Parts: sequence; C-alpha cells; structure tokens
Amino acid sequence: MQPTTFILNDKQVVASGPQSAPLLDYLRESARLCGTKIGCREGDCGACTVLVGRIVNGDLSYRSFTSCLMPIGRAQGCHVVTIEGIRGAELTPVQRAMVEQSASQCGFCTPGFVMSMTAFALEGRRESDLRTVVDGNICRCTGYKSIERALAKLSDNLNGAPNTPDRLTWLIEHGYVPGYFKEVADRLRELNAEPVAGSGTVVLSGGTDLNVQRPESMLSETPIWPALPTTDDPFVVADGYVSCPGSASMEQLRLSSTVSQLIPNINEYLRLVASTPVRSLASIAGNLANASPIGDTTIMLLALGAELDLGEGWLPLDEFYLGYKQTARRPDQIIECIRFPVPSPYFHFEKVSKRTHLDIASVNTAMHIRVQESVITSARLSAGGVAPIPLFLRHTSSQLIGLTVNAETASWAAQMASDEAQPISDIRGSAEYKRMLLERLVLAHFISLFPSIEAEVAVS
Amino acid sequence: MKHIDLTSHVTGTSQYVDDIPLAEGTLHAAVFGSPVAHGRLNQLQLAKALAYPGVAAILTSTDVPGDNQIGGIIPDEPLLAESDLHFMGQPIALVLADSDFAAREARSLIEVAIEELEPVVRPREAYAKGLIIGRERTFSMGDPDSAFAAAAHVFEGCGSCGGQEHLYIETQGAYAFPTESGHLRIVSSTQGPTAVQRTVARVLGIPMHNIEVDVRRLGGGFGGKEDQATPWAVMAALAAQVLNRPIKLVLHRLDDMAMTGKRHPYEFDYRIGLDDAFKIVAYDVQFYQDAGAAADLSPAVLERTLFHFTNTYFVPHARARAASCRTNVTPHTAFRGFGGPQGMFAIECAIAHAADELGVTPKTIQAANLLAEGDTFPYGQVAEHARAKACWAALAEHAKLQELEASVRSYNQDHVLSKRGIALMPICFGISFTKTHMNQAGALVHVYQDGSVSISTGAVEMGQGVSTKMVQVAAREFGIPASSVRIETTNTTRVANTSPSAASASADLNGKALQRACAKVAGRMMDVAASILKCERSLLRTQGNCVLRDNQPTGLNFHDLASACYLQRVNLSAFSHYATPGVHFDANQEQGHPFAYHVYGCAAVMATVDGLRGTYEFDLVYIAHDFGSSINPDVDLGQAEGGLVQGLGWMTCEELYYDDRGRLRSNALSTYKVPDVYAAPKEIIVDFLDLPGSPAAIYQSKAIGEPPLMYGIGGFFAIREALKAFGAYLPFVAPVTHERVLMAVAQKVPFGKHAGACE
Repeated sequence: MQPTTFILNDKQVVASGPQSAPLLDYLRESARLCGTKIGCREGDCGACTVLVGRIVNGDLSYRSFTSCLMPIGRAQGCHVVTIEGIRGAELTPVQRAMVEQSASQCGFCTPGFVMSMTAFALEGRRESDLRTVVDGNICRCTGYKSIERALAKLSDNLNGAPNTPDRLTWLIEHGYVPGYFKEVADRLRELNAEPVAGSGTVVLSGGTDLNVQRPESMLSETPIWPALPTTDDPFVVADGYVSCPGSASMEQLRLSSTVSQLIPNINEYLRLVASTPVRSLASIAGNLANASPIGDTTIMLLALGAELDLGEGWLPLDEFYLGYKQTARRPDQIIECIRFPVPSPYFHFEKVSKRTHLDIASVNTAMHIRVQESVITSARLSAGGVAPIPLFLRHTSSQLIGLTVNAETASWAAQMASDEAQPISDIRGSAEYKRMLLERLVLAHFISLFPSIEAEVAVS
Repeated sequence: MKHIDLTSHVTGTSQYVDDIPLAEGTLHAAVFGSPVAHGRLNQLQLAKALAYPGVAAILTSTDVPGDNQIGGIIPDEPLLAESDLHFMGQPIALVLADSDFAAREARSLIEVAIEELEPVVRPREAYAKGLIIGRERTFSMGDPDSAFAAAAHVFEGCGSCGGQEHLYIETQGAYAFPTESGHLRIVSSTQGPTAVQRTVARVLGIPMHNIEVDVRRLGGGFGGKEDQATPWAVMAALAAQVLNRPIKLVLHRLDDMAMTGKRHPYEFDYRIGLDDAFKIVAYDVQFYQDAGAAADLSPAVLERTLFHFTNTYFVPHARARAASCRTNVTPHTAFRGFGGPQGMFAIECAIAHAADELGVTPKTIQAANLLAEGDTFPYGQVAEHARAKACWAALAEHAKLQELEASVRSYNQDHVLSKRGIALMPICFGISFTKTHMNQAGALVHVYQDGSVSISTGAVEMGQGVSTKMVQVAAREFGIPASSVRIETTNTTRVANTSPSAASASADLNGKALQRACAKVAGRMMDVAASILKCERSLLRTQGNCVLRDNQPTGLNFHDLASACYLQRVNLSAFSHYATPGVHFDANQEQGHPFAYHVYGCAAVMATVDGLRGTYEFDLVYIAHDFGSSINPDVDLGQAEGGLVQGLGWMTCEELYYDDRGRLRSNALSTYKVPDVYAAPKEIIVDFLDLPGSPAAIYQSKAIGEPPLMYGIGGFFAIREALKAFGAYLPFVAPVTHERVLMAVAQKVPFGKHAGACE
C-alpha cells in the first residue's frame, strides 16, 4: 500500500493505510487534530472542512475541501491545513469577525465555517454573493445572520489585500494565517510528490460520490488517480470546441473566465450545484462517470453536446449512458478529456430541489439552441430526475428545429419534454410533480433566454 | 458580554464527547437496530459477527443486570428489544470492538429471523385502532357547543404538520469509564444528566450514587438530547459494567437519524366560530399526535400542545382534545417548542380558513382576538402582564406594516409569475416545566482563596448561552469581572437531582439558585470586609474586584478579601436550591397555574413565490419580541434569529419521508434538508421591546430558548398569502415544500377545497 506524504499544518507527515480512506479519520484519529468535526460524513454539513494547498502552475493555491469525502491519497504532495494549523498567538481576523458578531453558538460547526472563510481569504476570489463562501456549511443554531455579518466584516477587511503572489505575504502580515505558510510552497516543491498514477481497481478523483455511496468497500480499493489540471482555469477554446481535462473540478468550471465569456451565467448555474468545498473536490468526469440520473453538470454537458475521450477517440455523451448507473466506460478507463462545441448565447440551465442550494435536484434541465432570425436551427434539451439515465430529450430537441422562437413554441416544447420524460415517485418528488416541474422548467428556459415572451406564456 | 465559549469555538479547541482522548483499552460500540418497523424477533445469530477480528462482545437484552427499561414517563420502552420490534432502528444488540470500524463491520454480519407484522404509520390510523399512549386529554373553557350554535360564522377543516429532525450537528454520544468498586463515570452529550444517571441506575440495578454523569457542552440539542441522549449513555454504561472496559458510543449520522425520535407530526381537525366583528367566539380542535412506538416524552408534549392551542388569542369558549397515537416509527420526543408549535399551527390554520371564507386577511381576525390583561387561558391561568397587543402594535409601527403591505400589493400588480405574501405571527409561550416538580434547580459556588470563583449548576450548555448567563449571575452577585468566574461542567456529583436543560427555563431556574448561592457566600465575605474596614456592612459593595465603601474604593480587593476569609475560617462555598413559587397544575381538572410567566411577541414574515418554478424565498422577517430586561442581548438575539430559522425550516424544506413499510427515507443530510445560508431570510430584524420583564425571570430577563421558533409558522402563511395572489389556496399541510407550492399553483387549488384534505 502506497503511503501518502504531505504537509499537515506545519509538519510533514506520512500516512499509511488505504489511499481511498477519508482524510478526516486520519486527522482525528492518527493526528489527533480534533478541531475538525464529524457531522455527516457525506459532505453535506461542512463541519470537517479543511484547506488543501497544492502547487498549480508553479504557484501554491488553496481550496477548501470536505475532509470526510477527500481520499487521503489526494493529499499526496499537498499542504493540508486544519483549524489547528491557522492557530497563532492571537485570533485571526476571520475568527475575530466570528467572535465580534457572535456567529457561533454550540460551536460544533464553527471550525468548518472558519476554514471556509479562511479559504476565501487565501483564494482571493471575488463573490457577487458572499453567502457562497459558506454555502457548504450547515449551522443549526444561529440562523446564519450573524455569520453573514461576520462575512461582510471579513470582506471589508480583505479589501486591501493584493492579489497573488503578494497576497499570502499580506495575509501572513495581517494574521490570517501563521508565518510558517511562507515556507510551505518551497517545502512542497522540495517534497515533489504527486498522487502515484498506475494500476488500480477504481478510478478515484474527488471521492465525492464513491465515498458517499460505499465508504466501507472503498477501503479495499486501490485508486487509479487521474492527473489533476495543471492550471487554475483548465478550460481551453480551440478549433470550435471548449475542452478541459476530465479531472477539472466543478469549482474550476464555476470560476473559469474562459467559460464565463461564452456562458455568462455559468457561475450562477454552478452555485446551484453542491457547495464550494464539494465542487472544489469533485471532478466533472466523476459527475459523468457516476451516471447519476440527476447529475447537474452532466445535464448541462448533454445540452451542450459534449463528447468525452476515454482514450479511444471522442464519444458523444448522449451515447455514454446505457442504463441506470451503467455507462460505456470500462472500470479502468479514465475520462481523460471532455469537449463541447463553442456554444451560442442561448444556453440555459434550471434546477429545482427541496432546498435550492446544496441539494440533489428534483428535476434539472438544460437547453442549448442556435437561432437565426428567430428560427431555431439546432436544439439540445436535457433533463435529470425524469429517467433512469441523465436524459437527452432527443425527440423534443429534434422537433424544435425550424420553429420560430415564441410563446407557442415554448409551451409546445415544454409539453413535449414533459411527455418524453418517464419520472418515478421517490423522495425527491412524486412522478406527477416531476413531470409538471420539467414542463415548467423548459418554459423557464425560454422565458429566461427570451424575456419578451414571458407575458405571452400562459402558465396553466 | 459575549458567549464565553466563542474563543474556544472559533479556534476549534472546544471539547465534545467525540474529542475526549481515548482511554487505554477503550472499546467502540455500534448499535444493531431492527430492520423492520413492526415484527417479532424469533432468532438472533451472532456467531459470524463475534468472529469478526477485534470484536470483544455483543450484548443483548439478556445481558441487562437490572431492569431493561428506559421509559421515563411510562415504562414501555426496553433499552434493547427482547422479542417485540416496534420501529425500524429499534436497538436490539450492542457490538463492542476495538475500533469503530470493526464494530460497524461486525454489526453488518448479525443475522436475524423476524416475523414481520404490518406497521402503523399514520396517527389517525393508530387512533382508529385504539393505539393510544396514556389517556386522551381534554382542555375546555366556557361552553363551546352553545357558542357554536349561536355563532354567526362556523368553519371546519383539518390539517397536519410534519415532524422535524433535530439535526444537532454533533450526533448522540457517550463515553463510559468504569472507575472502582462498581462505580461508573459517564461523559454524555445529554441535556438531562440526571435522567442518564437515574436510567443507568435502573438498568444496571445499582444506586444512583454509583454513577457520575458529566457534561461539558453539547454540539446542539434542541430537545433531541433531553430524553434521547439516555439510551446511548446507558448502553455505554452497560457495556462498561459488563466488560469492565471504557466504552465509547458515538452514533454515525445515519444511525442517529434512523434510531432517534423527532418533533411529533400532528394531524388535527378544527372548528372555529366567529361573530360579525371577527371575534372568535368558539374553537374546538382534536389533535392526533404521532407519538411513535413508545411514550418517551409524548404525553408531556401533548400536554403543552393543549396549553398553547389558543396561541395568543382569547377564546371564551374553547375545547381541545388530544391523543398520543402509537405508530411504528421512532418514539418522538422533545423539540424546541415541545408541542406548542403544533397547537399554534392548528389555530392559525383555522384563522386562515375563516379569513378566506370571510374575505378578509388573517390579520384582521388575529388582531381582533389578541389576549388582554386579565383574560383567562383555557387551563385556568389568568394572563398577567399580557403583552400580546403591545407586541402587535409595536410590530405594526416599527416595521411600518402598512407600507410593507402596500409594497406587496404593488409588487403583485407588477408581476405575473412572481407574487409576494406577508403574514403576521403573534405568539405567546408559557415559561415553566408543565410538570410542576421539575421547576427546581441547584447551584454550587466556591470562592477560592485567591478570589477566583468556580460555579456549578444543573444547566447544560448546548449553544444557547446558559453558561454565559450563569457566569454573568455570579459576576454580578459578587461584583467581580466575569473573567474571575469559571463555570464547571454539569456534573451529577456536584449538583444532584437536576431537571434537564429544557422548557426555556434553565437560565431562570439555575440562575436563581446560583443567585442565592452566591448571595450566601458574598454575605459572609462582606461581614469579613466590614470587620476589616471597621464599618457598617450596608455601606459596602463590590465592583470590578474592588470593595467600595459609600461607592469609594477602600483599597481592599476581592482577592485579598477571599484570602482573609480563608484565614478567618469563613466558609467560602455554598449550595443553594430554587423552586419556582406559585406554579401548580391539576391534571385531573386540567386547571391550574402552570406557568411562572408568559413570553409574547409578534413577527411579520414576507415571502416571494416563483409561480413558474414553485420555489420561494423569505425576503424579510421583522420580529417584535418581549425579552423583558435582557441580561445578554447578544445571546438572546442569536436565540431569536436561530429559533426563527429553525421554525421556518420545520414549516418549509424539512420533510420527513417514510415509506409504507415505516422506513425513514430522509435518513441523511442529503435527503433531509435543513435551512442553509441561502434558505435563511434575506433580512431578519429583531426589535427588543422596551417592556418590563417578569420577576420570575432571572433579573427580569425573560426566557428565550423556545418562543422564537414559533415565528417560523408565519413562513407557512406568508407563502400561503403569496399563493392566494396566484388564485391558489394552499391546503393546511406543512411543510410547504417546493412540490406542494408548485402543485398548488399549477392545479390552482380552488377556494373551498383547501381545508378538506384529510381523511
């Protein structure tokens, strides 16, 4: 069994044991770092959130991950930071903001919130909605308003921070992280450890699905690690296609400036998907390979006409799904690359779930059409949660070609999509509801892309 | 003053049960639960599980040395099932192994032979079959039958509200250590250390003084650890005694959700009579409480439903009947509000129904019926210091209610696919345990010879800030800074026979006991100070560590005074007890004076519904609340905001989903959704009303734990009002999930059909 070498807070450590085991258990049991809490073990509460720093394109870059899902092998060559690792003589500005706003009651979720907010400080990303910073953290006590007040304070405090590469120095000077962070990049370069590629029994990327579905049996698996992207924005436009490595994370998709130039709402769509620490850990290929009938990025990519490369040339995504949780992929095959044609401005994604964020959809759907002088020249609609596989609405899509964009077409498309769906009743909603919801969400595609038709659409 | 745990919380140094360093020889426990909701256990095969590497033992009911019984109110719940299985997840066996992983793996190798029986999953069905726990209760005032006959308008209907998973982020857990001579020390994540101690004694057949229960803090409780922390602590204690090893039992989340009880789902039938001035002249309601498979605290929860079935309204002729119905799901238990929210939800449904029929807003009826000073509650207590109207008026004025309503009207005119609604939710919540004997507390104080102070009470810190308030009490009584006071763990050897931290009453009860204990020691110390300073004791007081004479510093400080007291052999420790005066209740007559006082308040909730997608958001909640003279506005604000959001969750996205075999399908955070940061209202404004508190409250600072939860009920009705703007009448079924909203909008639930959805 390959041991995992990484820097844990300010110490270099070597973890033996299965590489697929959750980092969380190592932190609490072996390293006795009990500030990282166990809340749910499925990435849904964020009490176990830690920072993971990795050298990307020569620079040290930090992300927040839920350590309950993160396979420890992913920590190879990384800097893992727990709440203990940001401790100095005084409270950090993040901690001070939390204290000043009384943003903690029972305290059990608090280290996770502190780590998410510290990640925000380190990453230097901009958020149009500050709530995104803690979208992966559940607090059952405060009602969040005090936490939002702390976030606002933090955001103000960070206004003066420069962007990379001086940012880390600034953050150290201002007490956000301890001084030892300064040497971490060099130490990691010296360590020069990457997850060991090679033969194994299961392709493992972020573990955000496998470590939820079957955490016990994962322990006896040997992971095959796909190579991680070597840039922060791994999306590339060339030859009429947008492409990325399969291991690109969902968070990279959300924050990709390449993609946002083509799909301006991509950030907004991806904010409906999982949470910051889960998106940071989860790969897009993992979402495709997992074959959940409700995978959010899968549904987007189906509408975008994506193709994937399993090492044997391009396979259309809409031919990838063979049945419930069955795909054309052999267990040892890695989805190496994903591409889709450069989209038109008419792409839209809708998702409704019991809770709007950090939830699995009741129904999700995407639509991508090309339009010339108000006439639809190509159309791709997809829907999740309405069939055993992520559904490409083949019939509806084909029938739209040649139609004029107007309220009548929208209603007709909505009706057809609903007819094409075969939902079942389950915890995410009754079949009747899902059918009706899909109809409504297809209407929402048209209304969102062509606001002028809102007034004409008759909502029954 | 800030919550005293904030610094340790934000640095991750606060310790919870799961963080206690492992003692040598510790065994980890995993609980094997019933795989069926109802059945008979014919055979239990443990051989394969016992053979799993690292397994030390598997305990079953036959290993219980004492009474295999944990039922507190009614002895109807075994610790470990014997032959009858009553709910899925009901503990049958306890696997002990040298790691948590081994215990869980071995658990999966246990084989059972079960004769499966048909489960009962709905309370009305249980009621019809006579499956009732305890007795049916009836609260009645006036002559409802005659009043209905004379009423100008009478409406009847039915509704239901779902249960609620506590979802404390720290799961249930306990760590039991055998000490010596058959003694056990148990660290438990419990709101009721004495309940744990008492139940361990019963199950192990040993005296209570052989058991020490210790609690530092809880990672959330919300009622879920009042009674239901007990089984896990008892199991750990049982194994510790049988195996003479330290035993750690911390539930994984899926086990916790499958095995522990929740807020009680209720179904109800109501009838409401009004006169032409919108006065409620008569109200009659029948509650069917889903108690789950065993009594647990259900009879007490049921009682509180009855105490609050008229909410904050005066109804001269009122009657409520209520039954705890035995179903084959987890025994339901305490949850913030303790039955009160369900009672209030029902009358708000009746009011909304009447408003629909009479063509007015519910507000019109609510406003016409608010409690006034001297009005009588259906249980015979007279409203004193009634604040219902004051809170309502303050809300209307401070929240600029008329402007808000006008903005909603214009929004609705301007939008086709999106509509807003606004609802008011006035509340009145009785403070005291309704079991009179529980209204007592004890406190122990030590002043050390260096002037540092240590306090112990029966109150358990679970985030609500009671420890902070206790420190404030001691600091205030001694006239010293809070930093000189340390609050110790809640421990049954220091403060015995405690009531659980529940009923919003912990700060009052324990604070008053502590106040007395501190006063005793402070009095002795001031006698010594008077003799040192050679002056009248009445001239002396302490402030900021200094002893003042006529408000002037004397040069004598608290540290030196403590030291002088020690040298003079003066007792620097004291224990005191407090019992709430004047509370009583006769459960035969269903009359009495059960509450020390009532807490009032009113909220306005504004929601926007997306009629295309069936989703909604809360734009604003404005709360005018009767805090009394809050001793800690910081902590109290957190309770108000947090309670509100938890109540909104109960009414909206939190849905328990059982299949027809009684299996909980919403058994994880991925399937049971509590509010996240986006689901919280965009804006919450909490208005601390400038009203005198109650002398029965500690320093007149009124109890705050539970009342704000019930503001969340306003969320249901705000959404309902928005739906009315779409021409849809939402049935009285909570939670109002996105599915229910879309179905209501899409099907345009017509007027008159909304109230009859129950069979």
